[in-house]
Amino acid sequence: MKIAVCVSHVPDTAAKIKIGSDAKSIDPTDVTYILNPYDEFAIEEALKTKEKFGGEVVIISLGNESNKESVRKALAMGADNGILLKDSGIRDSISLSKALAEEIKLQNADLVFMGKQAVDYDNSITGQLTAEFLGFNCVSVVIKFDIDGNKITAEREIEGGKEIVETSIPAIITCQKGLNEPRYASLKGIMAAKKKVIEEKNASVFENKSEVIQMSKPVGKQAGKIIGKDSSAVPELVRLLKEEAKVI
Amino acid sequence: MTNKILVILEQRDNNIKKVSYEVSKAGFELSQKLNCAIEAVIVGGEINDLSKIGNYGIKKITHLKNSELNKYSSSAYTKTIVEFLNEIGANIILIGNTSLGKDLAPRIAAKLDAGIAVDVIKIETSENNIIATRPIYAGKALVDIKINSEKKVFTIRPNVFNPGEPTENNSEIIVKEISSPDFSTKVIEVKKAEGKLDVAEASLIVSGGRGMKEAANFKLVEDLAEVLGAAVGASRAVVDAGWRPHAEQVGQTGKTVSPNLYIALGISGAIQHLAGMRSSKCIVAINKDADAPIFQIADYGIAGDVFEVVPALIAELKK
Repeated sequence: MKIAVCVSHVPDTAAKIKIGSDAKSIDPTDVTYILNPYDEFAIEEALKTKEKFGGEVVIISLGNESNKESVRKALAMGADNGILLKDSGIRDSISLSKALAEEIKLQNADLVFMGKQAVDYDNSITGQLTAEFLGFNCVSVVIKFDIDGNKITAEREIEGGKEIVETSIPAIITCQKGLNEPRYASLKGIMAAKKKVIEEKNASVFENKSEVIQMSKPVGKQAGKIIGKDSSAVPELVRLLKEEAKVI
Repeated sequence: MTNKILVILEQRDNNIKKVSYEVSKAGFELSQKLNCAIEAVIVGGEINDLSKIGNYGIKKITHLKNSELNKYSSSAYTKTIVEFLNEIGANIILIGNTSLGKDLAPRIAAKLDAGIAVDVIKIETSENNIIATRPIYAGKALVDIKINSEKKVFTIRPNVFNPGEPTENNSEIIVKEISSPDFSTKVIEVKKAEGKLDVAEASLIVSGGRGMKEAANFKLVEDLAEVLGAAVGASRAVVDAGWRPHAEQVGQTGKTVSPNLYIALGISGAIQHLAGMRSSKCIVAINKDADAPIFQIADYGIAGDVFEVVPALIAELKK
């Protein structure tokens, strides 16, 4: 089975975000970029599936040269091949998904894992969009995954519970924390990954359907007051919540 | 193209979800600004309170029924709704940013080749265009988005748009039986977490962090949540330590929440956590360390021991 994993290269979750001078993107100065945390679950699930059923895991990332770091990390975890779809333009989710769909088709992959969202734009729609453009089935926000022949049984997280979903390959699965414990890259894996060639090609360009008008910082919340240091402050706290904030 | 808005309502266990009232109100206000028609659709279920939607300004509601559609199916819901959309000629689609909305909206957008903006917290109009504002980087920044395609899909963040007081109640409800659609992806079972409120939807949240010291002490967090009728949340450290399930995690790799009241117990306030809860309307922090970053965004703080303060708070609330 050919398994594809699409990965993003994103600012570390600990990064402080500053708006860039164009007011349409962030200032990358002093920002460390990492493999999108949710994509680690996707890589792990792809590797586990390959270990069970055989096949090949290919990592696809769309972006610039620096995305190779994240591809390299996936290769070190045990993925077989990496592809960088080079792109310097600005993309919305629609044109991004179309470009990914095109590459997935070229790769002849019939099972695709992605993180449920990238922690930069927090869209959580790339998997579903890509599946529609490919005519694949899709289960999003998956916390448990099983495959038996062509048949997929997956659990997806919903408000206050979970849904058990049945579908079949070809499919895209978007992965949520809790699905698995991503493995660490072994030293052997890291050495092997250095030798692997990351294939580079230009990403296909599609029309964006939306554009960023401007980016801004949310209005800073003013620190309130520390009303005490022990339980003697409790009656005042309850009074404030009832009478001033009116939230209880 | 003449604008026409369609609001997709959501039912769970035959009740309309609260967020659907909020989306209806947001849609109604948008229809007034754009001076265009609006209607609503709901798929599946035996809805008891469908007429209530009319109270928020929507005069026409279509209920697409089929007993097989009572449970969500991404393939069947997509097909059913896209057919309905094409039939009525709507070009602006609004749905709640719920687990269903987040799953369904992009599929509809792909079928329509439409631009999409998710998790929207503000909708403005400018020269007959719609400008949607949404948080990115888990709320560390905001972005204003304009969709340039004729068809536009938006998902609306719960707890942000105030549905306000109901005013009138004279909507037309049309029930349509639909034939069995595409079930290539199907929910075969829904498992509910027993009696628990979900943090993503709750208007009150009590969250615990590493300052709770051990898993067993979360009883205190749960007790306070129970007195308030609040959902229980947790910081990443606590979830990573296995004290609480991931479904409760608030923060950049957990859930982003905007409740009316967020009480942080023993949470110091790492940047990832603050990102996930900073848009809460009122924040209370109880933490021994008066220099903890959580106090920088808290409306009210008690710089004391959670094990002393929280029992007193529970007792005071029970009075």
